[in-house]
Amino acid sequence: MSGLIGKKIGMTSLYNADGQALACTVIQAGPCVVTQVRSEEKDGYKAIQLGFGEKKEKNSTQPMIGHFKKANTTPKQKVVEFKEFEVEHELGTSLSVTDIFEEGEFVDVVGSAKGRGFQGVVKRHGFAGVGGQTHGQHNRARHPGSIGACSFPSRVFKGIRMGGRMGNNRVKIQNLRILKVIPEQNILVVSGSVPGSKNSFLIIEK
Amino acid sequence: MSELIKLVEATIENRKSEYPDFGSGDTINVHVKIREGNKERVQQFQGTVMQRRNLNSSGETFTVRKISNGIAVERVFPILSPSIAKIELIRRGKVRRSRLFYLRGRQGKAARIKELKVAK
Repeated sequence: MSGLIGKKIGMTSLYNADGQALACTVIQAGPCVVTQVRSEEKDGYKAIQLGFGEKKEKNSTQPMIGHFKKANTTPKQKVVEFKEFEVEHELGTSLSVTDIFEEGEFVDVVGSAKGRGFQGVVKRHGFAGVGGQTHGQHNRARHPGSIGACSFPSRVFKGIRMGGRMGNNRVKIQNLRILKVIPEQNILVVSGSVPGSKNSFLIIEK
Repeated sequence: MSELIKLVEATIENRKSEYPDFGSGDTINVHVKIREGNKERVQQFQGTVMQRRNLNSSGETFTVRKISNGIAVERVFPILSPSIAKIELIRRGKVRRSRLFYLRGRQGKAARIKELKVAK
């Protein structure tokens, strides 16, 4: 698996040959720097670690500054490890979009979903609500209803879906087609939407 | 909007300058390319422009309404869509609002739009 770290820029629409508008997401993918190479002999598995996004030295910790110094680069905002990278790279090499991705390929995009706060069961789990507004129903249209039986089992089973904090979790969207690659600005345009807000970090896997 | 998004939108082929300047109330004839199997042919759709939306963005669209065999048909075209071959301006209309949704409730004589006479 190879990939890059990127940043979500925003959404727009492009047109295909049939004249249909396609919703697409603009991602700034790379340039990423190889900050560590993990090998079978030393670490027990093969992987490379990539760094993305500039970070001020005064905002970085001494251990991280030392880590980046080994790769001969400046401190990075985001560091991600990719297992079994298809092509072997040396420490300190810079990877751009065109090194990894091509137009027409399919990629998976991982990001952190927007936080929704405390949400009820209708939004969080897709419950249908009570349904009617008549027959005496007056104040529980979006309630979950019963959460279990009565004197047996005398408790609520674990894992019953209820209201609570929603969003802000890791989400992977699979099989997004790459519509366009602009090498100068390291721009990747994929069809469809990706998780997270604008300027949030994304992992693009191939 | 981000400069990087503008950069992506700039890669769409923009043929807006080839089209006539039209707006709500105008009667236009849109030539639409239609693909049937491997063949491509051009179909015409003539009617009144009801609205233009999201002006000067890559998602700009316009709505055309026509009466076809007694049944009203409304069609929405993205203005940057490559399937639009040509747009002809047939007649300018004199209207006082930008969205002509009131046409939906009218038939026959009541749905007429006065012609806008442009001084030469």
